[in-house]
Amino acid sequence: MLHTVLRSATKEVVLGHDRPFCLIGERINPTGRRIFQEQLREGDLSAIERDVRAQVEGGADVLDVNMGVPLTDEPELLAKAIQMVQGLTDLPICIDSSVVEALEAGLSVYQGRALVNSVTAEDERLELILPLVKKHDAAIIALPNDHDEIPMEADKRVELTRKIVRVATEEYGIDAGDIVIDPLAMPIGADTTTSLVTFEVMRRIRDEIGVNMTCGASNVSFGMPDRHTLNAAWLPMAMTSGLTSAIMDTRTPKVVEAVKAADVFLGHDDWGMAWISAHRAKQAASGT
Amino acid sequence: MTPEEILQGLYDETLVGNGPRVLELTEEGLGAGMEPQTLLFDALIPSLEEVGARFERGDFFVPEMLIAGRAMAGAMERLRPLLAETGVQTIGKFLMGTVKGDVHDIGKNLVNIMLEGAGFEVVDLGVQVAPEKFVSAIEEHQPDIVGFSAFLTTTMPMFKANMNALEKAGIRDSVIVMVGGAPVTQEYADAVGADGYAADASQTVKRAKRLLEEKRAKVPA
Repeated sequence: MLHTVLRSATKEVVLGHDRPFCLIGERINPTGRRIFQEQLREGDLSAIERDVRAQVEGGADVLDVNMGVPLTDEPELLAKAIQMVQGLTDLPICIDSSVVEALEAGLSVYQGRALVNSVTAEDERLELILPLVKKHDAAIIALPNDHDEIPMEADKRVELTRKIVRVATEEYGIDAGDIVIDPLAMPIGADTTTSLVTFEVMRRIRDEIGVNMTCGASNVSFGMPDRHTLNAAWLPMAMTSGLTSAIMDTRTPKVVEAVKAADVFLGHDDWGMAWISAHRAKQAASGT
Repeated sequence: MTPEEILQGLYDETLVGNGPRVLELTEEGLGAGMEPQTLLFDALIPSLEEVGARFERGDFFVPEMLIAGRAMAGAMERLRPLLAETGVQTIGKFLMGTVKGDVHDIGKNLVNIMLEGAGFEVVDLGVQVAPEKFVSAIEEHQPDIVGFSAFLTTTMPMFKANMNALEKAGIRDSVIVMVGGAPVTQEYADAVGADGYAADASQTVKRAKRLLEEKRAKVPA
């Protein structure tokens, strides 16, 4: 069984097909948030503290940190943010950027074993990013798409997954356990059959390749009403198909609880002890 | 059916995205001797405008907009050659594409629907469009406006690369440049030297119309 081990200075989180689902909190990200972007551009990182607290309280196991603000020095900003987040919480971090220099700056200051988000199956991206992953002993999220559009056929995504795993393990000496594939979850509102393809990709990657998987789970309900309900239904279906982790907003109890309940039924929460503990904690908090 | 019933039917069925019925009604209208531009301007375009308005208010969702757009596109395929024959002018030609390195197209496609719904002719280059491809497509299609779409902060710098390619090819001033996409701001649009920016699909239509008017006021066609 392949395991992906992530660490902060003091805490370890393990992804695996035999493990409870790993929740990667997604909100430490300025994309689409004008005020947050302005603050970061002026060097004001204080909003990060509130976002970290909200994701941790919601039940995040790992935190995704993205500092993609246009017209700024992203490497410097990302390094600062990572140091700040590590001062606020002991959760491992997923370092999120498509700018190679930013990933490098983030990895250089990170304490522990990070998850890097992300690389594609494109040769030049693999060549740039995999050496960094190896050098800093990190794990890597990889997307099975290349130069063309996102492949709509399951076969193509599985084939590109095999390519990524082969290149990373054989050419760069990265452990297969440290490769986390993003099977590409697309919005259901734009294409009615897209989730069925993604579930098939998940099953095949789990059964034929065995690596861990993660994806941006909020994306699936884009453009639809009552998104939380859709997300809460989609995640247990994806987990049953082999998804072992997701980048998601943990502030919504409905969605987080759906994941925890699925863990019970998938046999990833022995005797439902985590579920029972959470129930007691909730009772205690509400004073009943 | 009376012409009024056909127009009302086209409007209603486009609104709910019933493609096959829209096509039937289009045929029925043409068969009854109705002008193609009547079907377009008195039914299809007003219907798409209503779709856009509902979407903007949050009453309509992405799939509803997509199927309405598809229903209209089906009718347009039938009407376009007829409109060309009768010499009906579109209000302008819009060349659209998602920049190189970026595969996101939902937002771009929604904008295309709204533009077509407003009477623009849209040429869509798809996703991952390299600067040189924009240049050759501008030379080929001679659009009034070119739109660059980017969904990622990391692909937004392609706007500048596209602008440079247009400059180098000597066609920068022949076309209005608009940029857009989730992370794009007016400030960023200004920084890359674009002529226009809009935050969403219906704003894009308004902005595009205004930019076109301004340009035509300056240079008599």
